[in-house]
Amino acid sequence: MSAPDLTMRVARRRQDREPWTLERIIVHALLILFVLLAIGPVLIVIINSLKTTPAIFGGPFDLPTAKTFSLEGYKRVFTRGNFIVNYRNSLIVTVTTIVLTVVLSTLAAFALVEYRVRVASLLAGLFVLGIMLPIRLGTIPLIQMMLAWKLMDTLAALILVYTAMSIPIAVTLMVTYFRTVPTDIKEAARMDGASELRTFWIVLPLVRPGLAAVAALTMLPVWNDLWFPLILAPSRQNQTVTLGVQQFVGQFMNDYPALLAALTLGAVPLVLLFTLFSRQFISGLSKGYSK
Amino acid sequence: MISPAAAYRNLLLFVLPALAVYLVFAVLPLATSIVMSFFQTSGASGDTFVGLANYERLFTHPTISARFWNALLNNMQYFAIHLIVEVPMGLLLAALLTSGKLARSEGIYRTLLFIPATLSVVIVGFVWRLIINPLWGLVGFPLLGTESTALTTISLMSVWQYFGIPMVFLYSALLAVPNELVEAANIDGAGGWTTFWKIKFPLIAPQFGLIAILTYIWTFNGFDLVFALNGSAPGPNYSTDILGTYFYRTFFGSSGQLADLDLGAAVATIIFLTVLLVTSVYFWLIQRRLKSYSV
Repeated sequence: MSAPDLTMRVARRRQDREPWTLERIIVHALLILFVLLAIGPVLIVIINSLKTTPAIFGGPFDLPTAKTFSLEGYKRVFTRGNFIVNYRNSLIVTVTTIVLTVVLSTLAAFALVEYRVRVASLLAGLFVLGIMLPIRLGTIPLIQMMLAWKLMDTLAALILVYTAMSIPIAVTLMVTYFRTVPTDIKEAARMDGASELRTFWIVLPLVRPGLAAVAALTMLPVWNDLWFPLILAPSRQNQTVTLGVQQFVGQFMNDYPALLAALTLGAVPLVLLFTLFSRQFISGLSKGYSK
Repeated sequence: MISPAAAYRNLLLFVLPALAVYLVFAVLPLATSIVMSFFQTSGASGDTFVGLANYERLFTHPTISARFWNALLNNMQYFAIHLIVEVPMGLLLAALLTSGKLARSEGIYRTLLFIPATLSVVIVGFVWRLIINPLWGLVGFPLLGTESTALTTISLMSVWQYFGIPMVFLYSALLAVPNELVEAANIDGAGGWTTFWKIKFPLIAPQFGLIAILTYIWTFNGFDLVFALNGSAPGPNYSTDILGTYFYRTFFGSSGQLADLDLGAAVATIIFLTVLLVTSVYFWLIQRRLKSYSV
């Protein structure tokens, strides 16, 4: 734990012991109100996914009791739906995209900071512009490219597009992290005869928080995207979770337990991952875009 | 020291993989789309240059142009509602989170408040349709089924999902305000309210420009929530059609509309120009502001 972290903790502990002034109560009350607004609807879905159909409609805001508790919805999702395949696809696409984005953008950002020739700032600017680029508007040529390269309706098509979509913000973010690496370390490595790639390896541990931020920031838009799965990988065996749930909702409009179970299964992994990595995500979001 | 020649070579080797993927799958398709909008590619005689014919059709064909203007206006409304509701909400929450009265619960609140932004639109759309269901939900009025309220309703669902983003931007900016400034103001007798508006707010003001421009870009790329709720011809009577769904229909086709790739390319180009124009004005203003400060 670093020194500022420690002083912050001590300060917070002191705040915890402060008396409950009116001001403090109002701040907490307002925040609790907004928290309920934010997670209430999510909780309704999760709670009702564990109930029988009559219980869902009889008391949508009631907790499941021994009488109304039922896992039928989940059973039907797994028998009628395509969830195992959907999950596998989303995992393959998201994980591969994150790995490719982290590796490619870290290499690029290292070089953009390290080799201060004139094109470097030009290239860095090109990546920054990409943050603003609405990549979906290139969809028609993307379809034609994927058709020509026999990549239409494959997970590879999604991975390539998502990696291209994630690289600009990832490079920009990693540049800010590499800027904080002291030059002495790199010069010392070179004195010892390290190659450039070896030097890169030596400084890599110093930008680890950046790697986590890039991974966290790449994960959400890829997992939750509906546009590209719909267009580039729509067939049943290539559907991601988001598209799978969307189609399931359309097909089983009246089977509420199954619908709610499908929605819960689609949301819970990401919410859990986000809760674990929220610090990295939030620092990535504010650092990456505030260029 | 590295020689300039070696620096160039190293730079190229390290940057090339990322640059190649980015150029081939992001920049090239967009550029091709612009080129394509001046061609007729579906004809029997192969690709023929048709000048502005695709644009002419987009702007003069009775249904095509009427639907386009409708989608553009709807999209502006969609953007405006996001901006008007999301930003004050984000500011309030960021101010509460950094009020110094929370101690260790700050991180918990921050994480919980951001959870909607991690959900997929399929869930957001379904949950809210359930809650506002006129038959047994909270509102006894078909908010989504009425032309005059449908777009506002969808916009507010999207606001519910994404208010965490302006909150996080403003929260990080507020955390970056130097403590000495706040303490100095407190010593001078300024209370929490005065300190916030007189000291902190002016320092985080540049964030509002950034939030506005990002919201603009994101809402003009909007598609997912509207599609998840209302499909590709979003009703009632196209009252919730935005540029994303309009664009999707032109190149993908839908009931009552044939797929037309060239027209789709023209639509993509116009949306791109709409985004580019506003973004350029924003950066031009920022540059000027920075210059006037540095003088």
